[in-house]
Amino acid sequence: MTTTQEHIAVKHIAIIGNPNCGKTTVFNALTGLRQKVGNYPGVTVEKKEGKIVLDDGKKISILDLPGTYSLSANSPDEKIATDVLLGRLADTPFPDAVICVVDASNIERNLYLLSQIIDQHFPVIVALNMIDVAEQEGITIDVRKLSSLLGVPIIPTIASKKTGTDHLLSALKNALSVSPQARRWQMPDIVGQEHQELISLLVSNEKMNEHVAYHEAQALLSTPRDSRLLKDVLTAETFDHLQQDHQKLESLGFDRYSIFVESRYQWIKQVCEQCVTTSVKQNDLTFSDKIDSVVTHKVGGFIIFFTLMMVMFQTIFTWAALPMELIGEGFDLLGAHIGNIIPPGDLHDLVVNGAISGVGAVVTFLPQILFLFLFLGLLEDTGYMARAAFIMDRLMGKVGLHGKSFIPLLSSFACAIPGIMATRTIENPKDRLVTMLVAPLMSCSARLPVFALLIAAFIPHTTILGFLNLAGLVLVSMYLLGLIMALLMAWLFKKTLLKGESPSFVMELPPYRMPSIKNTILHMWERSRIFLKRAGTIILGVSIVLWFLATYPKLNEGTPSEKLAHSFVGRAGHFIEPALTPLGFDWKIGIGIISSLLQREVFVSTMGTIYNIENSDNNTLSLRQQIQSDVDPVTGLPKFTALTAICLMVYYVLAMQCMSTVAVMRRETNGWKWPAFQFAYMTVLAYVGTFITYKVGLWIIS
Amino acid sequence: MNDITLNQLHPGESGVVEKLITAEPQLRMRLLELGLLKGTQVEIIRYAPLGDPIEIKVRGYRLSIRKIEAESVIISRN
Repeated sequence: MTTTQEHIAVKHIAIIGNPNCGKTTVFNALTGLRQKVGNYPGVTVEKKEGKIVLDDGKKISILDLPGTYSLSANSPDEKIATDVLLGRLADTPFPDAVICVVDASNIERNLYLLSQIIDQHFPVIVALNMIDVAEQEGITIDVRKLSSLLGVPIIPTIASKKTGTDHLLSALKNALSVSPQARRWQMPDIVGQEHQELISLLVSNEKMNEHVAYHEAQALLSTPRDSRLLKDVLTAETFDHLQQDHQKLESLGFDRYSIFVESRYQWIKQVCEQCVTTSVKQNDLTFSDKIDSVVTHKVGGFIIFFTLMMVMFQTIFTWAALPMELIGEGFDLLGAHIGNIIPPGDLHDLVVNGAISGVGAVVTFLPQILFLFLFLGLLEDTGYMARAAFIMDRLMGKVGLHGKSFIPLLSSFACAIPGIMATRTIENPKDRLVTMLVAPLMSCSARLPVFALLIAAFIPHTTILGFLNLAGLVLVSMYLLGLIMALLMAWLFKKTLLKGESPSFVMELPPYRMPSIKNTILHMWERSRIFLKRAGTIILGVSIVLWFLATYPKLNEGTPSEKLAHSFVGRAGHFIEPALTPLGFDWKIGIGIISSLLQREVFVSTMGTIYNIENSDNNTLSLRQQIQSDVDPVTGLPKFTALTAICLMVYYVLAMQCMSTVAVMRRETNGWKWPAFQFAYMTVLAYVGTFITYKVGLWIIS
Repeated sequence: MNDITLNQLHPGESGVVEKLITAEPQLRMRLLELGLLKGTQVEIIRYAPLGDPIEIKVRGYRLSIRKIEAESVIISRN
C-alpha cells in the first residue's frame, strides 16, 4: 500500500536562484506549457507552478520562486521566497526538495544563496546553469569536485538550449530519497555557541521548528531590529538572552552584521579556489562591456533609449495593423453568419450588435498588446531594462524616486497591474507607494484601443519632417504626457504626502544575453490569455448589459438616434452632459466614459454598440467611419473633431478608468485608503487636464 | 593611510574594501550579502551618463550603486 501511496502523492519541488541566473528558463524547460500562473494568497506576488510526471510515475509539482540574493528578505518578492522555504506560508506546501539554479559565470555570489538553502536541510540539486557562458569567459569548473565539496548533486545545464534538463529530471527522482546535508561552513566558535543557545531558546520558548529557528537566530544575532518590536515578539527570556549576546559579541570585537556573511564567503572562497579556474585576463573587455560603452554613453545612451521607445511604439502601430484588420473582418463574418441563423428581432440584435460587435471591438486590439509585451519582454530578457534604470536613475532621483521605479513605470506602459506588482522590488515602502500611485498614469495597453480608434478616425496619416508619421507622433505624445504627469505627481507626492529620504539604489547590471524565444512566447501567451479571458467575461457581460441599457425602454417610432436618446444609457449620458460640456464632450461620449469606468477598452466596444445601434441600417461602415460621419443635427457640422479626439485621449491618459487596478492597489496597500485617494486625484487631474486642453485647443483654432 | 570612499575613485581605478560605515542596517546587509566584504577587490567601471549612479565590478559581476551609497564604502586604493 505504501508504495502506491508514494506514487500518488504529489511531491513539491521549489526552484530558487539569484535574479538573472536563468531560473525561469530552467523552469520553462522543465514544465513547458504545463504551467499555471496565479498569486500567493493575500499578496500579488506572481506564483508560477508547473506539474509534471516523471518516467517512474511520480507526480511532481514545480514552483518557481521569485529570484533572490539571500534569505534575508528585503522586498516583498524576496520575502515570499524565504517564507516558502521556511514553511511559513499558508496554502503553499513546504517543498520536499529544492532545485537551486547557480549561474556558473557568477559562481561566488550564487553560492552564497546555495549555502543558505543547504543549511535549511532540504534535499538540494544544483543546476549549474549557463556553463557555456562561463566557458566563453574562461571560467572552468571542476563539477565533480565542487559537488563533493558542497555535498550536493550538481547537474551542469544550458537551460536556454535545454542541455542538461533531462539529467535534472532524473536527478530529481533520486533527490527525493536523499538525506539532506549538514552545514559545511564554519563560524567562529564563540559565535557558534551563542547561535546554538539561541536556537534552543527559540525552539522551546517561541515554538519555532528547528530550521526556522536556525535561520532566525542568525538574523537576530546579526541585525539590530527595532528592540521594542522584538520585545513584543520574543519571550522575555529569549529577549534578555539576545541582548546579552549582542553585548558579548560586540565586546569581543565582532562586527555582528558581517559575522555570518563573512564566514560563508570565506568557505565559498576556499571551495572556489579548489575547483574554479579563470584563464582569461581580468582586464579584457567583455562583450557586455563593449555594448555598455555605447548604451550607457553620455549622449549615445539617451539617443538609443529614446530611439528604442520611439521605434517600439511606431512598430506597435504599424505592424499590428494587418492582423487587427483580419480579426475585425473575422468578427464581421461571424456576426453576419450568426445573423443569418437567428431571425430578426431582439435576440438577433443582442447577439450581433451587443455581444459580437462589443467583444470583437476589443479583441481586435490583441495584436497590439502582443507586440507590446513582446518588446517589453525582449528589453527585460536582454538585460537592457537594467541599463535603462542605470541611465534614468539620476532623473528619477530628481523626483525623489530611483531607477528601480523606472522599471515598474515602464512596465505600466503594458498594464498598470504588472507595473504595480513590479514595485515589489522596491525596498523602501514610501517609494513603493509613490511609484504605485503614479503607475496608472503611464499609458497602458488598455488605452491603446481608445487611442488607436480616435487617431485612426481623426489624425491624418500625414508625413511630417520627411520621416515622422503624424498619427504615430500623436500616439507618442500621449505616452509622453502620461510619463511627464507621472513624474510630476511623483515629485509632488514625495514633497508633500510621503516625505522621506532618497532610498538606496543597489542593482545588478546583468551581462547582455540573447533573449530566449521560448520565455518570451510563453510570457506573451500568458498575457494574451488573461486579456482574452477578460474579453470573454467582463467585456462580454458589459457589452450585453450595455446593449440592454441602450435598447430599453424602447421607443417604437423615430430615428435610431432618437431611440438611443430615449434609452437608459441615453438618459444617463444626457444627465452627466452638463458636466462634460466644458470638456467639449457630448452625451454619447458620456455613455462611453460611464461604461468604461470598469476598464478603459470598454469605451471602444461601447462606442461600437452605440454606433451600431444608431446606424443599424448601415452595418458595413466600420466604427471609425461612423464616428467620423456623425453630424450634429442642428449645425450640420461634425460632432467629433480632431480636438474632441485629442481631449478624449488626454482624458483617458489621466483618468483612472480601471477597476482591476483599484483592486490590485487595495490588495497591495492592504486597505481602501490609497486606492480611493488614487481614484480621486486622477479623476480631478483628468477633468482639469482635459478642460485646459479643450480651452487651449479652441483658442488655437480661433 | 590611503583610505578613501568608493565614490572618490575614477573609472578604471580599483581598491580593496576596508569597511562599511552606513548606519542603515538594510543597505549594510545587502552590500555585505552581495559580497562587498573586507578585503574584496572593487573596480570602478563607469559613471552613469548623468554622473550618478556608479557601475562597479565586484566578484566578477557588475553592480550599480549611487554615489551617496558608495560614500559608505571605505576602501584602500590599490
